[in-house]
Amino acid sequence: MKNKYSVFDEEDANKMYILSVIVENKPGVLFRITNLFRSRNFNIESITVGITEKPDLSRMTITTVSDVKTLEQLVKQLQKLIDVIQINVLDKENAVYRELALIKMSAKDPTTRIEIANFASIYRGNIMDITNETITVEIIGTPDKIDAFKNLVSGYGIIQVARTGVSALPRGTVDDDL
Amino acid sequence: MSEMSGAAALMAALEKEKVEYIFGLPGGANLPIYDALVDSKIRHILVRHEQSAAHMADGYARIKRKAGVCFATSGPGATNLVTGIATAYADSSPIIAVTGQVALPMIGKDAFQETDIIGVTNPCTKYAFQPRLASEIPEMVKKSFYIAESGRPGPVLLDIPKDVQQQVTKMEFPEYIKVRGYNPVVDADLSEINKACEMLLKAEKPIIMAGGGVILSGAFSELQALAELLSIPVVTTFKGKGAFPENHQLALGPIGMHGHAEANKMVLEADCIVAIGARFSDRTVGRFDEFGKDINVIHFDVDPAEIGKNKSVNAAVIGDVKSSLRSLIKLVPKNFRTNEEISKLWLARKRELVNYYEDSIKDYSREITAKKALKKLRELLPPEGIVTTEVGQCQMWASLHFDVISPGTFFSSTGLGTMGFGFPASIGAKAARNDVPVVDIAGDGSFSMTENSLAVSVLENLPVIVFLLNNQMLGMVAQWQRTFYNRRYSGVHQKNCPDYCKLAESYGAQAFRVLSMEELDKAVKNSIKSDVATVIDIPIDPDEDVYPFVAPGTGLKDMIIGA
Repeated sequence: MKNKYSVFDEEDANKMYILSVIVENKPGVLFRITNLFRSRNFNIESITVGITEKPDLSRMTITTVSDVKTLEQLVKQLQKLIDVIQINVLDKENAVYRELALIKMSAKDPTTRIEIANFASIYRGNIMDITNETITVEIIGTPDKIDAFKNLVSGYGIIQVARTGVSALPRGTVDDDL
Repeated sequence: MSEMSGAAALMAALEKEKVEYIFGLPGGANLPIYDALVDSKIRHILVRHEQSAAHMADGYARIKRKAGVCFATSGPGATNLVTGIATAYADSSPIIAVTGQVALPMIGKDAFQETDIIGVTNPCTKYAFQPRLASEIPEMVKKSFYIAESGRPGPVLLDIPKDVQQQVTKMEFPEYIKVRGYNPVVDADLSEINKACEMLLKAEKPIIMAGGGVILSGAFSELQALAELLSIPVVTTFKGKGAFPENHQLALGPIGMHGHAEANKMVLEADCIVAIGARFSDRTVGRFDEFGKDINVIHFDVDPAEIGKNKSVNAAVIGDVKSSLRSLIKLVPKNFRTNEEISKLWLARKRELVNYYEDSIKDYSREITAKKALKKLRELLPPEGIVTTEVGQCQMWASLHFDVISPGTFFSSTGLGTMGFGFPASIGAKAARNDVPVVDIAGDGSFSMTENSLAVSVLENLPVIVFLLNNQMLGMVAQWQRTFYNRRYSGVHQKNCPDYCKLAESYGAQAFRVLSMEELDKAVKNSIKSDVATVIDIPIDPDEDVYPFVAPGTGLKDMIIGA
């Protein structure tokens, strides 16, 4: 059923949303935001923070999996935080979004290392480190792409994974008045 | 531009905000502030426990409709404030809590009396500031008041490290401030008001549910005008009690877990509910899914996040309810007449329900019962007298049996349900309005939590009346144990300890123990005239229950009206 008081069009089951949130660049802001997610029982898949084109503002990119009703509450509750200046809910179609992952695998035998290097180049990844025992690959892309690569190489024995979480921007020009 | 210390700048900034009272208690980390206080015109009220300071600031704020201020030192002083801050947050009451903090170089070193109070209070403050330079203090104070009082009000914490209090520097006191990420005033969407108006005019059995937002916004006359214009019966939430005169022919009183039976019944028979400044709390509506099902629900609120939080609605007007209601009233066509036939039936149903439940809910046969005592209090207290309550049975009896006549003269810890709130809050209310009698409808369990505020009431000459319904029990818990746990009482017997009359007298307050209605009459009359705090100890039967009762997890339709 379409909810007229939702800022979003369709009501559906759980889905990944990307929130691009402009916040004050000062101490304690990240704490306030993550604490809100905790105390209101919202779920964060990933969160990234970095300074924007303006030194007093940071952009947080938050990905969350939720239904529309929960998402709407989440946006409204975030909006209430005084350090939050602006929130955009980005949809995949009109946003660019990327994540970086470093994946370290066990690769004791040289053919394995070559195989992994081949896979990495198909995924446009880079070999960041290689030793007699391990190989570390950098993959940049959507979370799906990173998951796919991980699945592909899981047979070799993944030793460590570091993922940055999603960073995103809307496509084209936007009028945000900051 | 003049040079002064951070502490002096704090006091100067508070004076600029026209602060009359500070409720507080000094300690190591706020000594510089207390030193600056000596030279200030602001009156300091020394409390005996910081929790009471926060409740006093809260009580002051609710009556003055302006932020109340409390002071505490770092560490335990600050953590003692937390219950009071959380209480104010739950009831959207503006208080400014100023805490001392250990000096900047000591922060994070687990110093003596160091607590990360900003971290501790994060979920129950609207915002928190910690100046790192003394020169930031004037602007932070101004922002604190602006944030606390505007939009949906709430508590703001100002945590000032001791060295920042001591630092002497040039100070600038800004006239105007802007908080970039905070835009509390939104103009209500006219098309939504239009839609609300259409729904309301079409409704055959409309009902208004007035919440605490009506009181915070001071929208009393607008609410009354709307109700009278369209002959709409008015129920309130518990926090909204007294938003509408309870002796008005359209008034039904509060709904909810211990709401008036006729109000609970009528709200379920309505075909359109207009919720004004209310948040559909579980204690008010019972079950979210059952309440207002398949009917039009119109929601007025200043906080956009309340729309759709607990209840999906059919029209939503976001903005200050006072101005939204004015716009709504203007939209009602001049020649609009409610359909007399239908309206008559609906109002007749109201009278029918009132009469039905008046007969069917039996009072206990003792000489003094909570109901009789509260009816007597209403009879003797002038309409403009201010009433607050403790938490538990006494609070629910007050909700049921004490009619608020003059709007905005009643408040209670309705959201957090903080025992020990009423007495210090009543002292704060007395500071805000010392020209009217102030009564705390208390129970012995709750009163004993902050009874040491008797010292404050006596020494600071802020006389209030403690109307103590004394059943020697944690009565509400006992009632639940009677009802849901087969009378297996556990941890509820307070017994007759202390002797509240002797206790009051030892503080220099006056006390009456009343055993008959005649004695109660005399005691209340005496205490209203008295210029010293009074405790009226009213022994009641420990087995007296509060009815009606909507059991937790059930809907209003499952209301139990008697044992």
